Order: sequence, then C-alpha cells, then structure tokens
Amino acid sequence: MPVSVTNSKLIYDALKECDIQLVSALPETWLVHLIRLAEEDPQMILVRLAKEEEAVGISAGAHFAGVKSAMLMQNHGFLASVNGIVSFAHLYKIPLLMLISYRGTLGERDPWQTQGGKVTEPLLQALRIPYFFLDRLDSVRKRIRQAQTLTESSLQPVALLLTRDLMWEE
Amino acid sequence: MFRLDCLRSVYSDLENCLVVTIMGAVAAELQSLGHRPNFFYLQHAMGLASSTGLGLALCLPEQKVIVFDGDGSLLMNLGSLSTMARYRPKKLIHVVFDNESLLSVGGFPTATSTGTDLEGIARSCGIPRVITVRSVEAFKAAVRDAMQGTELTTIVAKVEAKGPAAYVTDLSLLENRFQFRRHIQSLKAR
Repeated sequence: MPVSVTNSKLIYDALKECDIQLVSALPETWLVHLIRLAEEDPQMILVRLAKEEEAVGISAGAHFAGVKSAMLMQNHGFLASVNGIVSFAHLYKIPLLMLISYRGTLGERDPWQTQGGKVTEPLLQALRIPYFFLDRLDSVRKRIRQAQTLTESSLQPVALLLTRDLMWEE
Repeated sequence: MFRLDCLRSVYSDLENCLVVTIMGAVAAELQSLGHRPNFFYLQHAMGLASSTGLGLALCLPEQKVIVFDGDGSLLMNLGSLSTMARYRPKKLIHVVFDNESLLSVGGFPTATSTGTDLEGIARSCGIPRVITVRSVEAFKAAVRDAMQGTELTTIVAKVEAKGPAAYVTDLSLLENRFQFRRHIQSLKAR
C-alpha cells in the first residue's frame, strides 16, 4: 500500500507538538498509518468511531475537559458530520481541528470516491470553515501548528485537507 | 412515570457529576429544577449528547459524568452505543428517557413505540450494565447504583410523553457552554 509512512509520521509528530492528546478516527486508506501511530502511542487517547459525526461530540467533550483533540476523517466522513458541525461546533463555538483526506481529486482511481471530491471545498466554503492544504513536506508542521492556533483562538472548526501529493507514494 | 419526577428524584445527586442533556423537554425540565454550572444542555445536534459525555469521560476518567439522552436522539446515533461500549468509561452513566415519541416536535411516535428495544440494543452493543426502569423509585435506585458502581451503565427510563409548557429558557447557549467549561477547569485546578 503506497501510503506514505514518512509523511504520516510527520503529520503525527506535528499533532503531538501541538499537545493533541485525543484523536478520533474512522479508518480509510490514507489514514492507516496515522491511526496506527495513535494506537501505538500510550499517551494518546484514540477513539475509533462508528460514524464521523460522533467525533464532533467527542471533541466538544474533550474541549470542555481542557484537552486538545484532532479528528481524522475522509472527506466523505466530513460530509457525514455536517449537522454536528453546524448545530454543535458552530452553535456553541467549539474548536475542531479536522484533518480530512481529500479523496476524489486529481489522480483518483476509485470510482466511488469521485463525487465527494467535487463538493468538499464548496461545502467547506458554504459552512465558512477556514481550510488549508497539507500538500508539501516543508509546510506540514507549520500549517498544523497554525491551524491548531486558529481553531483555539477563533473557537470554530478549521480544516486541513490531506492531499494525494503528501499522502501517496507511487 | 414522568421525566420531571425522575430528574427531581436524583437532582441532589447530580452536584458532583458533569451533566450533559439533550435538547427540548429534558433541558427545560432540568433547568426548571435549578440550573447549576456543572450542567450542559446540548440544545441541538441530536444524537451527540452521548458522544459529548464519552469525550468528557475519556478525558476525565476520575470524574462522574451523566448523560440524559432520549429515545429520539439516541435513535439518530445508535452507533454511539457501540463506541461507548468499546471504551466503557467506568464513571459514565447514560440515562435514556424513552417516551416513545418526538415530543417537542409534535409527539410523533418513534420506533420504540413499535417495538425497538433500546435496552436490548445497548446490551448487544456491549454496554456492561443495562437496566430498564418504570418507576421513580426504581429510577432513583438505578442512578444511585450506577454512581456507586464502576461500570459504564445505560439506564432506559420509560416515561410518559409529557413535557414542560415552554422549551426556551433564559439561559443563553453560549453562556451555558462557557460556564460549563470554566467550571470543569476550576475542578481541575483544585
């Protein structure tokens, strides 16, 4: 599986540097190494979800508890979380650091991923969620740190789109 | 059995818990008994009260957390039962007021009115302690047992489909949210 172990580690280490202590996740191909890293880290609370919207509630609970958290999801999982984002995170001003694998764009081979790719950015824009790309090795650490800073200061969700260029090696 | 009587029967026991409620009647009725800074009312996002309780309980494992859920909300997020059961925080209590109805939006019947068994679902998901109660005395005893116990517990309380006269209270959502978080941080600082 040509998902980049090195770049997954880079992302994970950047999350740790931001003092992320809880990660919620629903597996998808690009996220496998990130989830394994969380699983193997005794300091990390890993919450494996049945559906991504649960993560909004879990991250809200973590925020109330004073614990920084991150959500790992595919863009289709983001689609499945929309009501939670609107009527919990936005309504109650809850910071959410969302790492979203951006499937269904340039180079996508799986036909079933191709619809989500078309609507991910328009939906982020419609929801007024600031989003940025993780697409280059040399900016990953800084972008994650800056996204974490922004979500905490603005008390609103911030999305980082994990791109094929970063996550896939072939 | 009425939900308000259930809430009243355990109100004094909630002092040392973090309390998360769903929207609608549950939130309004608990507030009618007296708001406290350790109560958070999730006034939308149906289904996510249990997830919020799970997040709190995982991050604060020594803290008692009680969620007041409802049949309509839980049916929107049944997967939450499987996620809670997977991690089974020892001090998380999940109360489901089952009035077989979406009361605050016109009283339309939910699937529990036609046989969906929330106790059975919770048990099958792997929640270690599950009990259904039908009287205020049994409710109070079940909550107190769960508070003294050390296992994740789901209590299904079968209640009448009767709610308060008004659902909107004078507590603003953001005021409640900031007060709740500040309260938790003050507990941690002790």
